[in-house]
Amino acid sequence: MSGLRHALLFLGIAGLGAIAMLDAHTGGEAGAGYALSLLALSLLGWRGLALLANARLGDARRQRLADLAVPVLFGLWIVFLWQAVTVGFGVPQVLLPPPSMILARILGSADILLADFRQTFLQAVLAGYVLGCGSGFIVALIADRVPFLQRGLLPLGNLASALPIVGVAPIMVMWFGFDWPSKAAVVVIMTFFPMLVNTVAGLAAAGRQERELLGTYAASWGQSLLALRLPAAMPFIFNALKINSTLALIGAIVAEFFGTPIVGMGFRISTEVGRMNLDMVWAEIVLAAVAGSLFYGLVALAERRVTFWHPSLRQR
Amino acid sequence: MAAAKPKPIARLFAGHAGPVAVLGLALVALWYAGAVWLNADLQIDAFARAGTDWNFTDLVAGTWAQERPLLPAPHQVLAELWRTTVETGIASKRSLVFHGWVTLSSTLLGFAAGALLGILLAVGIVHVRVLEKSLMPWIIASQTIPILAVAPMVIVVLGAIGLKGLVPKSVISTYLCFFPVAIGMVKGLRAPDLLQLDLMRTYSASARQTFFYLRWPTSLPFLFAGLKVAISISLVGAIIAELPTGAQAGLGARLLAGSYYGQTIQIWSALVAAALMAALLVALMGAIERQVARLMGARS
Amino acid sequence: MAAKVVDIAGLSLTFETKDGPVYALSNVDLTIRRGEFVSFIGPSGCGKTTLLRVIADLEKSTGGSIAVNGLSPEEARLQRAYGYVFQAPALYPWRNIERNVTLPLEIMGMPKAERQARAKKYLELVNLGGFERKFPWQLSGGMQQRASIARALSFEPDLLLMDEPFGALDEIVRDHLNEQLLRLWDKTEKTVVFVTHSIPEAVFLSSKIVVMSPRPGRIIDVIETDFPRGRGLDIRETPEFLKIAHRVREGLRAGHAYED
Repeated sequence: MSGLRHALLFLGIAGLGAIAMLDAHTGGEAGAGYALSLLALSLLGWRGLALLANARLGDARRQRLADLAVPVLFGLWIVFLWQAVTVGFGVPQVLLPPPSMILARILGSADILLADFRQTFLQAVLAGYVLGCGSGFIVALIADRVPFLQRGLLPLGNLASALPIVGVAPIMVMWFGFDWPSKAAVVVIMTFFPMLVNTVAGLAAAGRQERELLGTYAASWGQSLLALRLPAAMPFIFNALKINSTLALIGAIVAEFFGTPIVGMGFRISTEVGRMNLDMVWAEIVLAAVAGSLFYGLVALAERRVTFWHPSLRQR
Repeated sequence: MAAAKPKPIARLFAGHAGPVAVLGLALVALWYAGAVWLNADLQIDAFARAGTDWNFTDLVAGTWAQERPLLPAPHQVLAELWRTTVETGIASKRSLVFHGWVTLSSTLLGFAAGALLGILLAVGIVHVRVLEKSLMPWIIASQTIPILAVAPMVIVVLGAIGLKGLVPKSVISTYLCFFPVAIGMVKGLRAPDLLQLDLMRTYSASARQTFFYLRWPTSLPFLFAGLKVAISISLVGAIIAELPTGAQAGLGARLLAGSYYGQTIQIWSALVAAALMAALLVALMGAIERQVARLMGARS
Repeated sequence: MAAKVVDIAGLSLTFETKDGPVYALSNVDLTIRRGEFVSFIGPSGCGKTTLLRVIADLEKSTGGSIAVNGLSPEEARLQRAYGYVFQAPALYPWRNIERNVTLPLEIMGMPKAERQARAKKYLELVNLGGFERKFPWQLSGGMQQRASIARALSFEPDLLLMDEPFGALDEIVRDHLNEQLLRLWDKTEKTVVFVTHSIPEAVFLSSKIVVMSPRPGRIIDVIETDFPRGRGLDIRETPEFLKIAHRVREGLRAGHAYED
């Protein structure tokens, strides 16, 4: 228990010191003293984190709280260092704007961010994700009925998963125009192959005895698909859905680098980079990060509900 | 099962080679048909402007020979590839070998740095508890963030402090690469089961010995799985990193320039070159993996 | 005499492999009548599991004849003539115990209320009443295997095919399940075909023991026993039991004699 008390003491001092330093006015010309204080506070904080990480708490709930606190405090510390260094030493904003400025920009330009979010995420990403995952799934089912197709598609799909598919973006822009449908098309192509490959692998994942069992009931293809093979494939399908949630956002943003109407997250990033408005760029990156994490989190949540039986998620 | 020995042709189609070949040919056929379909309107316009009579054969031949088609036919792409690799000197700005090398060098540099970083980080995470608890959640969370979107900014910022050319591009590849390597490696270093770890304890082996005798060899399959993902994603990173530099050199620059000037054949040939490069790099990693497995005494 | 459930004459099964043909079963003759408890016993590779799988139409014979209920194995399977119990429980982890037991009933299109009644009845028969809502991974290995037996019984087939169902369990649990299985057989009067490599298990359970031998897989002895139907584990100490066990062991040894 004394480990925990020391941890909290160290972290408390480091936190107070951090607040004091954020208040210091260096005029952007901090000297060696400022740097040394930062170093000392960081070492103190790190020691506190180490003690907290190694603390063995008897109570399961408090242990979980401590396990959560370590990464959160670490993240907060990184943000603090970022703020203290950029403000204290007067780092030019074209290099790295401080977090406070990014936050101010996010609040100040909420309408622009919202419009970009709607254009890129709600239209291109979602439409492309649904179409790409859906068609990959359907083709996998067809391939499952036609073994010839399956043997041919699987190596091709695996190959395609390794290819730089984002590169088709300029072609899609040429075919489907500047607006969001061309970005959705890129997303469709990017998400199709992971879904295809994973679903095919998942449909083959059911055990032999489990399948023979259905054979002894003289079950039809459809019955064995619904009763056994689709449920057994679910961990694989969710794996693809999770991979695709990230790929979809990357595809839509990168596709916008090749030409868009004057709205969209990728468009904003590339133009504001050109104008050296890095706070706006960071605001878009924060937006993309939050949207990407939430999207992924939702899929992961659905996975927990659907594949609760999988060994990695079991709770006795 | 109890069947008689299959005939050669049937055997070919029972494996992967036959179906892949058939599907490949079907794709090429589809590509040609698609070229006719997509380019037909342009071709009909062209005939009308020239005032020539045309029949279906002329139309098909025309759609497969346009200068800026919506979809170039496969042989046009192949011809462009041949022209820009074999018939153009590799020092020339028009040579695809030149552009390919620019992309490949930053891919490989970024890959090497990223893989090393990933391995070191994984070793640290497995051995130091506070590193695991504070870093691991962020590493996993950052996988859900579209890192590639940061590429243009990294290029510009590094450019502002005087870093140009190869290094900033490799930084992006490094950044992309280290995730799959670190994650796979952490899994791999944790792969030895309790029994094997207990065995090392009965020998009172040090952490170092446990690492080199047990954890490292057990982790190699996981490492290679990560490396294969990493090398293809490293190539993607290098290509995307070439976009904001004003399209000077590299396969990404060729894509961008092609899209500026509507040079579809150029886009497609750059795309095919990138795909070939990705396939070769992954195959190379696979070959190294098999060689390592063979040296470690695995049965082929 | 009771009706023939399984009728096998001159049956053989040959696998073609890279190193030449493997004779998994060679010239097997066997008749199984209604109400019998028949065990196949022999060392690994003797074809006992393969023979069971041929009866279940999970494997096709390459010679000779076989009839199940007077039909081909495939026709019998399509009529859902038998329940099959595998070595592993093969329960679906995403279905709770009740829904695992009702799985065959759903596939055969039985209404829901009846399905639940059947699940209740057979789960109680294997002493798993009250575990309906549990998931397979929340039960012990012995309980899982009992659930899989309830699943095989749920659609009330007259023929039960069991492939080393207790092979993965420890001896104490196995003895217990053997007694339960015997009582079940006595109560339901089903025909049971049981694959095992344990001599005491085979002698204790069976009314007919089929001793098999490998390379080629064949039958070398068929032993009828007449222990009382309500027997308990204590008969394993009796001279008659030991005599039959000895004969089985002799048969297994003879099958091996010209091997090494």
